[in-house]
Amino acid sequence: MSDSSQAEPLVPELTRDVVLKVARLARLHLAESEVESFTSQLTQILDYVGVLDEADTEGVEPVAGAMGLNSVLREDLPTTSLSRDDALSGAPHHDGSYFLVPPILDPRAE
Amino acid sequence: MTAPCSPATTIIGLEVHVQLLTETKIFCGCLNRFNPEEPNVQTCPVCLGLPGALPVMNRRALELAIRAGLALSGTIAGTTKWDRKQYYYPDLPKAYQISQFDLPFCDGGWMDVDDADDGDETQASRIRLIRVHLEEDAGKNLHDETQRGRDSRIDLNRAGTPLLEIVSEPDLRSAAQSRRYLEEMRLLMVYLGVSDCNMQEGSLRCDANINLELVNDDGVAIRTPIVEIKNLNSFRGVEAALEYEIGRQRQEFAECGGVYADSEKQTRGWDADRGVTFAQRGKEDAADYRYFPDPDLVPVQIAAEWIEELRTGLCELPAARRQRLVDDLKLSRYDASVIIDQGRDLADYFEAVAQRCGDPKRAANWVTQDVLRELNDRGQAIGDFAIDADGLAAILARIASGDLTTRSAREVFTALLDDDPEGEQVTVEARIDEIISDRGLATIADSGALEPLIDAVIERNPQAAADFRGGKQAAIGKLIGEVMREAKGADPQSVRAALIERLSS
Ligand SMILES: [Zn+2]
Repeated sequence: MSDSSQAEPLVPELTRDVVLKVARLARLHLAESEVESFTSQLTQILDYVGVLDEADTEGVEPVAGAMGLNSVLREDLPTTSLSRDDALSGAPHHDGSYFLVPPILDPRAE
Repeated sequence: MTAPCSPATTIIGLEVHVQLLTETKIFCGCLNRFNPEEPNVQTCPVCLGLPGALPVMNRRALELAIRAGLALSGTIAGTTKWDRKQYYYPDLPKAYQISQFDLPFCDGGWMDVDDADDGDETQASRIRLIRVHLEEDAGKNLHDETQRGRDSRIDLNRAGTPLLEIVSEPDLRSAAQSRRYLEEMRLLMVYLGVSDCNMQEGSLRCDANINLELVNDDGVAIRTPIVEIKNLNSFRGVEAALEYEIGRQRQEFAECGGVYADSEKQTRGWDADRGVTFAQRGKEDAADYRYFPDPDLVPVQIAAEWIEELRTGLCELPAARRQRLVDDLKLSRYDASVIIDQGRDLADYFEAVAQRCGDPKRAANWVTQDVLRELNDRGQAIGDFAIDADGLAAILARIASGDLTTRSAREVFTALLDDDPEGEQVTVEARIDEIISDRGLATIADSGALEPLIDAVIERNPQAAADFRGGKQAAIGKLIGEVMREAKGADPQSVRAALIERLSS
């Protein structure tokens, strides 16, 4: 968020550190030039949606969805799953039975 | 422990994960079935996280979850919603897990855990719960353990199966108590039909948070940094990992004097083979899940009538049943626990035997000793046991009526067990009659039938008879033994009395 006149910005300021942290959480490796361009681009996005901060929400009940729907449930009935070949077909690497990923170095006990 | 240790409090909280017994996954219609032999055959665009696929909540999963929440005395929320918990891991195709953050379906609750190991004390500790929530499970990673540097393999059959997470307050005070808590939780979930809690298949797993409050040299109470031990999947593992961690934290405290360079919560794994916990994640990898409401799912309103309907439909829970066996059937706390802890089928079996033979105490003795021993020896479940409740009740009824001595009853029991299940089918009563007559086990109640036997035995053992008459009380043992061998159905007390009478005349 840029320097705004609001006393308490809802969104923390988007610093270079924040960008690097978000990139790390998303497993993205950013070049130095990208860090800069993303910092400014993300700032622009936050400024854009910042207009929502101006809405008066006094006395409005928070909702979890915008559709006004709730309690959409399905019965516990099986549907057809994909064949294994189809399931694996979109993966960059597989051995015909399993998806393959680079060795997980810090095996979380399963 | 040898060194004099300062008074200490162990503080443990458990997060228990229970897989729900639904037919299908939580947000799609793929089968919810343990199937490691056929990897990646139970997936679809929803649980593979393919673009554009939309999840829809499984009503049955919610129903089972509410049942569990009610049985744990939690408060079921009127409205609950779904949130995305974001982290990267190869077994999580969407790179987020659908879970519940600030509006779990169930708040609070508690479970009582018996304190005394032998169960004779009715003393129990109430372990409070923080919350119970629903979430989807991840898939399974298979790490290459033989060759370095080979790819890890991923099976997504389990991805998106429904999981209940039960989070306790840090109310547990020892490793053994934590184990009992988990055992009681398993029993409850199996009773409810909510989960099979098969630990080999990973249907019950837990994470444990543990730290200690220790007093330093200046008499100041200091809490050691909290450690979370991840993915414990056996009762023994939970107890052993916590025991180890208590020792490790004590030692660390002794070494640093309670001054920690880093007091942040730490995540550790449990190496069951080496029996140690090990540091798992660096600080820079600290979890930052960035929860937010899942826009693909709508909130769920749980109608009060539905909750009441499910509450009414709950079966008698293990704790209540244990208490009823003590209060109404007059069993010892210990016997009641042994029976109830074996699961619902054995308790049903016991109650059927107790009711039909009319003597709960005797039924309890037989079930907890003879039946359990045979089941253990044979590696059988009670459902496969050769003697059904009617059979055992029939044997016990004959002891009560005086038609069989306890000893002969054991012989009938063993004979029934050895019967060929494919053999001739007769009623159990008829078969018991047969065994009694084949083996001469009928009780010889009237002394008239014993007399000739006693006379014969005395005649064959003049020395023993003379010794007894001469005041050597012990000599009668040999005579009783011989009579009993010939008259199996005789009651040893009657034989003794008849012998003494005969020898004294
Ligand atoms: Zn699916």
